[in-house]
Amino acid sequence: MTTETRAFNAASFFAYLKEGQLMGIRCRACGKLSAEARPMCQECHSRDVEWFAFSGRGQLSAFTCISVVPNAMGEKGFGRNNPYCSGIVTLEEGPRISALILGVDAANPQNIATGMALTLRVEDQDSDRPTLAFVPAQRLHE
Amino acid sequence: MAATLSTARRRQLGRPVSIVGAGLSRFGAFRDMTTRDLFVEAFQDLIDQMDQGIDVEDIECGYIGNYSSDLFEGQGHTAPILADWLGMTPTPITRIENACASSGSALREGIMAIASGMYDVVLVGGVEKMTDLPTEGVTDVLASAADGLYEVPAGLTFPGIYGALAKAHMDRYETSLAHLAKVGIKNHTNGALNPKAQFNTTLLDMMERRKARAEQQGQPVPEWRDEMDFLNDPRANPWIAWPLRLYDCAPITDGASCVLLVSSEIAANFTDKPVHIVGTGQASGRPLHDAVELTSLSAAREAASQAYAMAGVTPQDIQVAEVHDCFTIAEIIATEDLGFFEPGEGPRAVDEGRTARTGDRPINTSGGLKAKGHPVGASGVAQVIETFHQLRGEAGPRQLPNPDLELGLTHNVGGTGGTCVVNILRRG
Repeated sequence: MTTETRAFNAASFFAYLKEGQLMGIRCRACGKLSAEARPMCQECHSRDVEWFAFSGRGQLSAFTCISVVPNAMGEKGFGRNNPYCSGIVTLEEGPRISALILGVDAANPQNIATGMALTLRVEDQDSDRPTLAFVPAQRLHE
Repeated sequence: MAATLSTARRRQLGRPVSIVGAGLSRFGAFRDMTTRDLFVEAFQDLIDQMDQGIDVEDIECGYIGNYSSDLFEGQGHTAPILADWLGMTPTPITRIENACASSGSALREGIMAIASGMYDVVLVGGVEKMTDLPTEGVTDVLASAADGLYEVPAGLTFPGIYGALAKAHMDRYETSLAHLAKVGIKNHTNGALNPKAQFNTTLLDMMERRKARAEQQGQPVPEWRDEMDFLNDPRANPWIAWPLRLYDCAPITDGASCVLLVSSEIAANFTDKPVHIVGTGQASGRPLHDAVELTSLSAAREAASQAYAMAGVTPQDIQVAEVHDCFTIAEIIATEDLGFFEPGEGPRAVDEGRTARTGDRPINTSGGLKAKGHPVGASGVAQVIETFHQLRGEAGPRQLPNPDLELGLTHNVGGTGGTCVVNILRRG
């Protein structure tokens, strides 16, 4: 895998995700990490950025359980009687990212705890646009 | 640079700008009306309401906020169509898009066009025709105001992102579902006094009507004792994006708004009661996941500090405000971001009635987006219109009792904080 040659854009971000890897950007000038693939540092404007492999471990910082769903989620079977959870995940390396939260009881949000440990799970990995998702970390051992 | 945000440079307008007239369409769901029909209705209202009349030929330029006539009704390049329907060609009109802050930004373009010295008389406004699409379609269109690469694929919707903000606020402070419900009850109480509001009724009346309908139809009559009881019934108030329920959300609305801006030097040619724009600020923000705080919109704080600096006033000087309550939690966060209350104190202020019409800090006397309705591209200027009427003492049954009203503020948010526009108005 020749990571250095891939363009710093969303096409590469999703191509990496398809390979099961959450890749973002590290600014070589100021060290700023971004979980979004961008060609220029948003802090210091340096163009000297490199790919950075996130561990895929993080914690749930905020979330919502959505019952009135967009068409794309409706097609996957979600809706009023089958809500899903989306959240803001703080990666262990620091940056935050929005992600689908799977393996939680979205119909009973009071049972979902902010601060819970999460681990990366790429959803729809076969498609060209896989979905960035996380699951509760302990589920790995089930 | 980020580090300089809270110490906004004190910018000044090249010359003063005043509002001398305002027009609003009805707000609601109007099946047979298109974008142009709605805007013509608002424009006719403006002409009818001008204190000393206006010759349309005198209007030199226009800026109209519109989020997405393209996606809502399949019509792009809206501005020249509006110019034609207003009988204003060849006057230049430009469409401004900043999601739900589109007309807030259009207003700023108009202000700057006059302040630059280029024009003396400018029309600004906004319009949105939203009800042609089913709710799923509207959800998709509104979600496209979020980041299509890094937010929408996570399943986040417009209510979803505000739901996450609400959850973060609840985790950090004492905020509860009851606080959110009280914001809605208050705004519907105000909306009941606004004949242009989409929901020109209190939640209590809405509840009683539903009981009466059930009785008429021979169905079991719900045993709701009061609004809070009604709002806690999941059949009446289902989840949209937990912890937000149906009555936490502004409705889907068709509507249009416009005001006439002029150079203050010539304001007396139009009215004896101009309202001056003494402060204006606008800022951009990042997606929620990249925000500094999950309980605040940084663009709102920045836009507010710009506007306060230009006007030379503090949050405590503001006597009336229209804030962007696209969701009930958004009003609570707005009152904190604007400096009316300390972070985390917004919910208590609601509990204590401080933001009611009878409180010391009246918020959304129009009914807000929640009850007045939220035709997204029209909302920013509609907020300015309510403030214009309050400052001129012509807000009818919802007029604030304070006879010394002088300073008002509007706070208009695009998307989930990507854009915020804050204006400060002073009675002339």
